[in-house]
Amino acid sequence: MIFRPNPSLGVPIYLQLMEQVKHAVETGALRAGEQLPGIRPLAEELVINPNTVAKAYRELEHEGVIELRHGAGAFVSATAPKSKKGADAVRLALPIVSAAIEKLRGKGLSDEEIRRLFEAELAGLTKTGAQHD
Amino acid sequence: MTEFAIETSDLRKTYSDGNEALRGLTLQVPTGSIFGFLGKNGAGKTTTIKVLLGMTHPTSGDVRVLGLPAAQQSASVSIRRRTGFVSEEKDLYDSMTVEEITRFTAGFFPRWRADLEVRYLRAFDLPVARRVKKLSRGMRTKLALLLALCRGADLLVLDEPMSGLDPAVNEEVLQALVRHVADEGATVFFSSHQLADIDQIADHVAVVDRGRTVVAGPLDDIRASYRRLQIVFDRDAPAATLRSPGVIRTKREGRVLTVFASGGAEAIAAEARALNAASVDVMPLTLKEIFLETVNASAEVEN
Repeated sequence: MIFRPNPSLGVPIYLQLMEQVKHAVETGALRAGEQLPGIRPLAEELVINPNTVAKAYRELEHEGVIELRHGAGAFVSATAPKSKKGADAVRLALPIVSAAIEKLRGKGLSDEEIRRLFEAELAGLTKTGAQHD
Repeated sequence: MTEFAIETSDLRKTYSDGNEALRGLTLQVPTGSIFGFLGKNGAGKTTTIKVLLGMTHPTSGDVRVLGLPAAQQSASVSIRRRTGFVSEEKDLYDSMTVEEITRFTAGFFPRWRADLEVRYLRAFDLPVARRVKKLSRGMRTKLALLLALCRGADLLVLDEPMSGLDPAVNEEVLQALVRHVADEGATVFFSSHQLADIDQIADHVAVVDRGRTVVAGPLDDIRASYRRLQIVFDRDAPAATLRSPGVIRTKREGRVLTVFASGGAEAIAAEARALNAASVDVMPLTLKEIFLETVNASAEVEN
């Protein structure tokens, strides 16, 4: 199974599952038209709540990543956010991220500090511009 | 089918010795959910379960189970007929064999599910000819659960079902519960000290402390909103308290202010920066941390 949510992350499980499905689509592990596991089998396989799987699938359908066909199951939609381009975008992002990290290390920041800065930035907590100093 | 399999409001129970076990407990358990019921020993969990099953009468307040008023004698009989209950003690007739107790129990329930009986006897690997008193603790739990699952119950009420199980049996039991909800549309209400289990399979939780509900809601919402903020100042942390909504507990240690919040982390961070904080870190919390923090905060309010 390519999905593996971790309950102890402090991130809602349906969001983790959504991210993992999107990642599978971006990397090509799941391709347009391919079927996803059913809600019940996936809940039983991962031993997580079926309502949580259903919620993730509903949200993914809302975002246009998958299509829920009544009685037939869930399929990766043909218009799923640009699978190839997604993988490319991730590949292109890598040198940008490593350059930024190298630069920050050069300024004497520890990896832990860098991690926290990234997390805070992603959580939108520094958007007021009030930073250190 | 009713929206809530279990609904209580302002439930109170004072025992004749003056012990106030429940002091205004409010619960809403959505039909089809796996509901984790958390609390320290003596918080009122077992009393709540007894009230739900009509085994003890509340002093005041409303309680409806499967849409029926559980405090009324006739209703509580119907409730128990439609509910599978596994107590922490797993009361079973020791002298019967697994086969005998299964037949014996099946006789009481017209909706007995022979198909599930076959499935779980096999899945749980239970020795049908062995006497109950010779079963290991894990097998005893699995047998009690099988008897509860097979009666075609709309609601399963489990009081500490997983205590003392090895990890493999534990996972089998969780799997059976998930499958039961997925396939049968039943509701599972279970109390447990194993927060990891609740974290894994519950979609709703309530934390009770001293007979009151201190946290309740969809687990994903709770995961998304509860945060710990670590705020560092250049000087001693200011004594002024943070006023943003969501602040539950604040701890000052020298230059560091640690805030436990039920939500609104961004507003709290902004407020801290307005107090010239040098740095603000926001961290997610595990269910275990949320449990411990809310129970401690509730104790501080009381004392």
